[in-house]
Amino acid sequence: MASEAQPADGRAIEVRALAKTYREVQAVKGVDFDVAAGEVFGFLGPNGAGKTTTINMLCTLVKPTAGSATVAGHDVVRERDDVRRNIGLVFQDPTLDSYLTGAQNLKLHAELYGIESSLVAPRMRQVLTMVGLWDRRDTAVGTYSGGMRRRLEIARGLMHSPRVLFLDEPTIGLDPQTRRSIWSYIRELQQREQITIFMTTHYMDEAEWCDRIAIMDHGKIVALEAPETLKAQVGTDRVTIQTDDDDAAIGALAERFGITARISEGAVAFGVPEGEHFVPRLFSELGMPIRAVSVSRPTLDDVFMSYTGSTIRDAEEDQSKHRNRVMMQMMGGRR
Amino acid sequence: MSTTTETTAIAPPAGALTVEPVRVTVPKHSVASELRAIRIVWRRDLIRFVNDRVRIAASLVQPLLFLFVMGSGLQAISSAGTHGVDLKTFIYPGILCIAVMFTAMFSAASIVWDREFGFLREMMVAPVRRSSIVIGKCLGGATVASTQGVIMLLLAPLVHVPYDPVLILGILGLQLLLAFSITAFGVMVAARIKQMQSFFGVMQMVVMPMFFISGALFPVAGLPGWLAVLNRLDPLTYAVDPMRRLVFGHLSISPAARAALDPGVTWFGWHVPALLEAGMVLLLGLVMLAVAIWEFSTSE
Repeated sequence: MASEAQPADGRAIEVRALAKTYREVQAVKGVDFDVAAGEVFGFLGPNGAGKTTTINMLCTLVKPTAGSATVAGHDVVRERDDVRRNIGLVFQDPTLDSYLTGAQNLKLHAELYGIESSLVAPRMRQVLTMVGLWDRRDTAVGTYSGGMRRRLEIARGLMHSPRVLFLDEPTIGLDPQTRRSIWSYIRELQQREQITIFMTTHYMDEAEWCDRIAIMDHGKIVALEAPETLKAQVGTDRVTIQTDDDDAAIGALAERFGITARISEGAVAFGVPEGEHFVPRLFSELGMPIRAVSVSRPTLDDVFMSYTGSTIRDAEEDQSKHRNRVMMQMMGGRR
Repeated sequence: MSTTTETTAIAPPAGALTVEPVRVTVPKHSVASELRAIRIVWRRDLIRFVNDRVRIAASLVQPLLFLFVMGSGLQAISSAGTHGVDLKTFIYPGILCIAVMFTAMFSAASIVWDREFGFLREMMVAPVRRSSIVIGKCLGGATVASTQGVIMLLLAPLVHVPYDPVLILGILGLQLLLAFSITAFGVMVAARIKQMQSFFGVMQMVVMPMFFISGALFPVAGLPGWLAVLNRLDPLTYAVDPMRRLVFGHLSISPAARAALDPGVTWFGWHVPALLEAGMVLLLGLVMLAVAIWEFSTSE
């Protein structure tokens, strides 16, 4: 595991050697990490990597096979109710009553969580305003769009002022515009409510919104850093140049800079550290005209690739067989 | 189910940022918080029932068919045996029972529905005892089904049964009891059965035979041996029998007719008292409730 920036004070989540085994399938193989209070912490990985199992253990929905975890200072096994009082949950699958209105769904939640009656109405107004659904509060949830439902779920998860909000794939199946709006709500909320946000995603671009990211693959955490640090660890920027004679350019690159370049999408592409500093040298020393040049920073896709050896999509295809087996084990496991 | 396209609120409204957040706290669990949970689960069933007029109408169809179509259709061939009593009057107590049975069954089915649509999870992760959720659900089913029973009760004059305060209260009490027990049974089954089709399959397989064997449609004396045994084993018998005794106690009919149509349930010649019968239904309901609570508390 990569070195982690340890939070100095208040930890919202502490996880030690947490593991879950369904029959003989190890879904989570002993993970360790801490999440600081007020942090937006992202769990990234292909489907079947063990993200949801980990989140379910932290939410007290699944009992760990080994190891321990505390959330908001309470042990997830021994102090289950205390954990539940302090966390908000937004699941991957919808959990709203679509026959009730938005307001009725929140009211039901407030009653189940025992929120003081005089505070229910103002709190409801606040969370509904925050997600932009105050005007639609008296409409049945069945008439809401996918994005509105997800926002209502987020509002409901916040209804009882949780200290930690768990979001399991909060933007899955939403269009890019709605995804962006959900993210701006999440960031706003983290600032306003000073809560810790723990979320999973398998969209690479979304991980950029997080303060720190843990990359999970095959039930283990393979990297844990801030997105920028992770990208820096990949080391190289990607430079592509267009020339009149690509083969000559590749030869010159190898000869003068010791760089192995290849043709990619009609241009010469290669990786170098600090690409923007390399480009001036390239112009002066390559010894042949360059028509165009571009430098791009490594993406989290590259990060994922460097840690797992495959892109997230390849990994999902590889794992779909494995996942089906895990699923069957899990189903069989529940009586 | 229609959906609205996303048109508003791509950026968070600026006004929301300026207000100081309202902070709430979730209290540690207490009797009061559990009672609140029971009440809201119960109320949700009521809200959904009132909003769903189609369901109210649909669950009236079957009892009405039995009462008026079968009651009127078989009248001619049964008049010799009923001592001049209208066949509809005779089967009315049984119909009062099945009306609440079908509705209670639907109420319990909503647990399977809630699981399919994810809402069950919202209730399961709340910091309340699972028992509160199961109890709230059973009370909700009992209340909704009894409301349905009231509609059937209004039809009493059409089948020559008088409106009488004592009779009405008695019928309501028995309906509430039966509806509670049937919901508890349904919830118990729903804890294990995860699919709607299978749930209704099981319920049909259990509820229909229970209904036919119970004596809702025939007197329970002078039956062939095999049917008599099944009848005495059928829990529903002990809801239909006190209901019939109650209704027949308020009719002005000949003693001969009473003896033929309302013989009462006997165990080896001993007349089982109505109160004991009702007590058995209650006890059975409580046992099934306990099993349902246990099942939901032990599942993840």
